[in-house]
Amino acid sequence: MDLLGYGAFFLTTALIFSLVTLGLNLQWGLTGLFNVGLAGFVAIGAYTSALLTTPDDAVRLGGFGLPILVGWLGAMVVGGIAAALTGMATLRLRSDYLAITTFGVAVVVQLVALNAQKLTGGPFGIGFIPRPFGSLAETPLLFNLSNLAVVSVVTLIAYLALEHLSRSPWGRVLKALREDERAAISLGKSARFYRVQAFAVGGAIMALAGALQAHFTGFIAPDNYLPILTFQVWVMLIVGGSGSNLGAVIGSVLVWAIWAGSGTLTSILFPPEQQARAAALQIAAIGVMLCVILLIRPNGLLGDRLRRPRFGKRAKVATAKSISPS
Amino acid sequence: MSLQFVVDGLLTGSMIGLGAIGVTLTYSILRFSNFAHGDFMAWGTYATLAVVGAIGATFGKVAPIAPFSFGWPLIVALVVGMAFTALLALLLDKVLFSRLRSQGQAIIVVMASFGASMALRSLLEFTFTSRPTYFSRAIQIAMPVGFGIRITPDQIALLLLTAVLVLGVHLLMTRTQTGRSMQALSQNAALARVVGIDVGSVVRVTWVIGGALACVAGVMIGILVQIRPFMGFDMLLPMFAAAILGGIGSIPGAVLGGLIIGLAEAGAVQLIGAEWRAAVSFIILMAVLFVRPIGVFGVRER
Repeated sequence: MDLLGYGAFFLTTALIFSLVTLGLNLQWGLTGLFNVGLAGFVAIGAYTSALLTTPDDAVRLGGFGLPILVGWLGAMVVGGIAAALTGMATLRLRSDYLAITTFGVAVVVQLVALNAQKLTGGPFGIGFIPRPFGSLAETPLLFNLSNLAVVSVVTLIAYLALEHLSRSPWGRVLKALREDERAAISLGKSARFYRVQAFAVGGAIMALAGALQAHFTGFIAPDNYLPILTFQVWVMLIVGGSGSNLGAVIGSVLVWAIWAGSGTLTSILFPPEQQARAAALQIAAIGVMLCVILLIRPNGLLGDRLRRPRFGKRAKVATAKSISPS
Repeated sequence: MSLQFVVDGLLTGSMIGLGAIGVTLTYSILRFSNFAHGDFMAWGTYATLAVVGAIGATFGKVAPIAPFSFGWPLIVALVVGMAFTALLALLLDKVLFSRLRSQGQAIIVVMASFGASMALRSLLEFTFTSRPTYFSRAIQIAMPVGFGIRITPDQIALLLLTAVLVLGVHLLMTRTQTGRSMQALSQNAALARVVGIDVGSVVRVTWVIGGALACVAGVMIGILVQIRPFMGFDMLLPMFAAAILGGIGSIPGAVLGGLIIGLAEAGAVQLIGAEWRAAVSFIILMAVLFVRPIGVFGVRER
């Protein structure tokens, strides 16, 4: 029974991660937009939803006590707007500028979360966030399973919607822009407009994931949204294979299993006073893993970026493409 | 508002500027924004600290040079640390960046630098723990220099060191064959190859300059503030903002950008409060991207 409960808890967390990874896959895998501040967008979603749904609190703004679904919608809207603004500022420039700006967004969101006590509760965070099926909290198993069901449904909806989007004309334009911008523009597609849209939708999905997480744990604090989160999600996407939504989900579950497993292992193997150091070693190992995957298998498990097939008719086309200057 | 913020700003600006030189060079010559640059700073500082410790263990306690808080061991250690950081940058390029560069996707290199940054920083945390340390715990008396400004001997020495280093790099870039090759490569890589510029050696010089200056910037932070594994990562946004504000590829621009951001940060600390300091570089960055994305001394991309 304990194991089942833990399994449900584990899967819930993994699926929330895969929702973030799906958002990143839309931005990076499909459109080629580099977001190194995704922790910021996740945090925006979590705090927005928390502000909208928590009961009234005297020491900070709001606590509007709205239904959870309103919180989720609000999170998506605010996250989407934040991403759209970021995109509008940078998407007409070189791709690196977007990377640097998103990095800055994460830094600023972290600062606001820490220092704007009136809005975010400061370093102590926000507690008493309503949890779906909170009445079941006395029986953890039932609570975990029902939460897993909610998160699974949301992830499934997002997955199906993204699959549909990536096959729709809209998704094909994004892919075209990623592969050959000049050709796509010559067909009359506005590169910047489409990219801002993709970036905004991706940001909204990340914010939704942040909101889900907030309502699952019932408590949020700035520490949940450090750069390490950004990094974990990137590893998940790269392992799963950027460009593939299924890969994003599988990569998330797999990497989260490795992460949680190695975390349990270090907590067993190392004495309490060495825990922090062991955790640092764990992060270093994952960092090396990311670099190694980029070096030896940049397409991940299920990536769709097979640029150079070795045999057959496609091989010739692909080679011709790779020779011509981009 | 006291004028003390000018000194504080110039010092912070020097640290940012020295770091931004490396960022702007890697960006213009290797064409990627290196997220691991801040961690070069931290590694250089810890290497310097380790050498100071080793010298202390061999020669016993060395008295500091008269007005300063440090003695000859720190100067020797800084040189060793600069060499070490340069080697670290070269090594990372050899095992990681150069291979990914040859695959031709610039943004993959950025991501790899992000992964490398995480790994490097965590290794420091593993080895030295996240507790802050210091080169010296001695407290210096700041001398009044008029207009309500006070400055310590250490701060004067470091400002002078920055000026000398910036001038040196500037002369190297403009007056030597190596520097001209670097400029050529950043302006038009294909044409630079055609006229027979040794790309490999230019890339190595870029990493050596960037790494060595990152180490100096880190040691400055170590002397004036404190040494932590995150010290470099926290400097990343100001460094990028300075490089973009000054114009990518421009050494004077990077330093000027660093000084502007340093002064703005110091001013904001006095006016608004120290906790919002990190937002200053973001605001400046956004303003530059909206108003003049090529920066002060930048050239339009061709």
